[in-house]
Amino acid sequence: MTDDYEHYEAVVVGAGPGGAAAAATLAQNGVETLVLERGVESGSKNVSGGLIYAEESAPYTIDGLFPEFRSEASERPVTEYYLHNVAGRNVKTIDLTDLHEHDTTWSDAVLRRHMDSWLEGRVHEMTRETGGGLLTGVRVDGLLREAGEIVGVTCEELDPIKADAIIAADGVNSELARDAGLMDWEDPEEWFQGVKAIVDMPASAIAERFGVDEDEGVAHLFSGDLFEGVRGGGFLYTNDDSLSIGTVFHLDSLVAEAAEPHELLDALLTHPLLDQWLQGEYEELEYGAKLVPDSKKAANPSPHQGRLMLVGDAAGQMQAQGPIIKGMNHAVSAGALAAEAFSEAQTRGRPGEAGQRYETKLRDEGVMAKLRPTRYTVASAVGENGAVASVTDSLVDSPLGRLGIEAADRLGLLRRAFNSPFVMSVMPDTRTPYVTAPTAIAEALGTPVREENDVEPPDLADRIGDLTYDVGDPHIELRDNSFAASGAAVSACPVSAKDFGGGCYRDEKVKTNGHEEHLVSLDTQPCVECGTCAIVADTEWEHPAGGKGVEFEQG
Amino acid sequence: MHTLVLTKGVPDFREGQVSFDEDGHLERGKTPTVMNPNDKHALEAALQTKVRHGGTVSLMSMGPPGYKEVLQEGMADVYADDLYLCSDREMGAADTWATSITLSTGIDHLDEEPDVVFAGFKTADGETGHTGPQTCWCQDWPIVTHVVALDIDEEERTLRAKRLVEGDVEEIETVEAPLPCFVVADPEFEPTYRKAEHRLRHKDLRAETQKRAENFEDHLEVYDQEELNLDPDFIGLDGSPTIVAGVDPIPKAPPEREATMVDPSDEGAMADVFEELEPYAGAD
Repeated sequence: MTDDYEHYEAVVVGAGPGGAAAAATLAQNGVETLVLERGVESGSKNVSGGLIYAEESAPYTIDGLFPEFRSEASERPVTEYYLHNVAGRNVKTIDLTDLHEHDTTWSDAVLRRHMDSWLEGRVHEMTRETGGGLLTGVRVDGLLREAGEIVGVTCEELDPIKADAIIAADGVNSELARDAGLMDWEDPEEWFQGVKAIVDMPASAIAERFGVDEDEGVAHLFSGDLFEGVRGGGFLYTNDDSLSIGTVFHLDSLVAEAAEPHELLDALLTHPLLDQWLQGEYEELEYGAKLVPDSKKAANPSPHQGRLMLVGDAAGQMQAQGPIIKGMNHAVSAGALAAEAFSEAQTRGRPGEAGQRYETKLRDEGVMAKLRPTRYTVASAVGENGAVASVTDSLVDSPLGRLGIEAADRLGLLRRAFNSPFVMSVMPDTRTPYVTAPTAIAEALGTPVREENDVEPPDLADRIGDLTYDVGDPHIELRDNSFAASGAAVSACPVSAKDFGGGCYRDEKVKTNGHEEHLVSLDTQPCVECGTCAIVADTEWEHPAGGKGVEFEQG
Repeated sequence: MHTLVLTKGVPDFREGQVSFDEDGHLERGKTPTVMNPNDKHALEAALQTKVRHGGTVSLMSMGPPGYKEVLQEGMADVYADDLYLCSDREMGAADTWATSITLSTGIDHLDEEPDVVFAGFKTADGETGHTGPQTCWCQDWPIVTHVVALDIDEEERTLRAKRLVEGDVEEIETVEAPLPCFVVADPEFEPTYRKAEHRLRHKDLRAETQKRAENFEDHLEVYDQEELNLDPDFIGLDGSPTIVAGVDPIPKAPPEREATMVDPSDEGAMADVFEELEPYAGAD
């Protein structure tokens, strides 16, 4: 009995940049579009590293779709871009501005609450014009099917809704992508985990300490030996009157090293190199975390099924080009292409062809080639081979390797290599580019930092305490609470730690019938909804109800 | 669908707002007037009706000119279209009976007869719960009280409601009544918006009303005695059969601890305070 259900021509799930781009494009094409967002306001559920790009080669850009975007929704543009290779106090800085500017029309730092809530207003106005609109506080929890075919969505707060097209832009933990069997949360190797602190800093201090005018900004990246050997790195971006400082690591590496994400962030925050910017002052406005798909492995080349099309993180569309991470720009392109595909298919009277058209557009417009470069497949087959990786790593770390690094630097090759989009896109996911090489470069070529950094980041309890929650019913169920099955979550969860009793996951030794069991327990109250535990532990994971759970003020 | 909500301004009884004199009498001049908190449920029921069925919502109250602000507050809450205030010196000091007669005449005076009149569940000052039912009696319409859920069939001109039997949350009955009809919303009333279309309309109305409430006086009509032409024996104090025999102030609770006042500029006295506190401070 689905005849009484509401019907819209298109339903867009999620009002981040991908959903906003899809909805705006649908509305521009006259399509009746309903947008459903589960946060109390768009952006309240979102965290991102903090840079959005407009690529010269992209079919769509966010400011193309929303002309006032840069003046009203974003923070500072990135006008300088540096990579710091770190070994102890030794730092070798390489200017990556060329790599950053490759194919880039502009790139701005953003804070998601501000950015997405601005988009929400525009999208609502546009979609209302064509008979739809945008609703917040509505959690879409599954697909509505009739005779096995996807015909709409089901929601906690509303009766089921039918639609001719469903665009799932519901983020990295997309419940619709899983419901359709198009994405899974199985393999830690396909994911990164990012954690981020927003640090208060007046515009005048940013101007003075970073040497920038009000319409300029800086990006700094950090790699080397400051993260306990975990594969990944750190970043610092300047916002209008705050800094985004964070870390991004391969999830499998975090699990293998049993590293605590918040401690790795603290290692960056307290490194002497940061003293020049923090100068002993540190007020953390917000701590957040996010799971990041590695598009090279996770991007679905055929992200559609029936009336359903996936865009953005929901389809694994997040490109790590060496140290540069591009996600939101691809979500914008994909969202607009999915919308375009549906409008065209509908005009031709064959709305069912939208998905196939979308797939073709992703390929023809070059989006898929950026997300899953063929050359990476070839390079990784060699570079990620265990024996080759081990030899390469030892070589870079050897006296011979040091000689090579010094020679490369003298010839300017080092800077050129780091600034080569080609080299960066074929970097293998091994220790070498993330840890060994940066450390060796810093040891061979770096100069020591003399300053002391005496900032004291808040502890985990304070970080959790500063977040805003409207706790609903528990949204995660631990299916297997043995330490063997789910213990990795204790350290990998960004709001849990091995010796901390106030986080989501806790390590427990329980004596039963004379023998001791090693178990984990779960309390979802401080959950930041990153989804890490869905991958590293055995859980039944879903989002909290609309408007419930964590609410990011900055994002 | 045209609905009307009856509302009343009452003293703000919240701690820190309300003011009593030495004899325990309420000081009206010093206590702000707010919308009767129980009227919120009537407003929610009316808003749900407007969102689901379209049409207009009007608010009506009887009271001094200062009640205009109460109506403005209600306008913002219920996204009302029009406001009506029955206000005249001759209507003052009315009990619930005289008030009901005045409001009923006010309803008859409207350009368009409402399909549903919503009344709140007893007022915070009088606590009688009489005014809604008595006004209905004057109109000779059906009334459904203790309503917790509501559905209207516009074509059939009927209203179907779930109501608490004797106000008991354990026992709920479903009743049907022809329109026009009076509805008293229970504090347990929960508006439900399960359709996206309704939530979108709700959002539109909010945006529209924000502007309207800023210029609420453009949408306000005051009905005075000249306009309503009521029999003076049936309104105000003269029309009120209720006689207040007396008022027993609620005795003040005795203090649980003895307090000593200390002048902070008196160093000696302050030193004594520190001496007193020291054992509890956990200092070495």
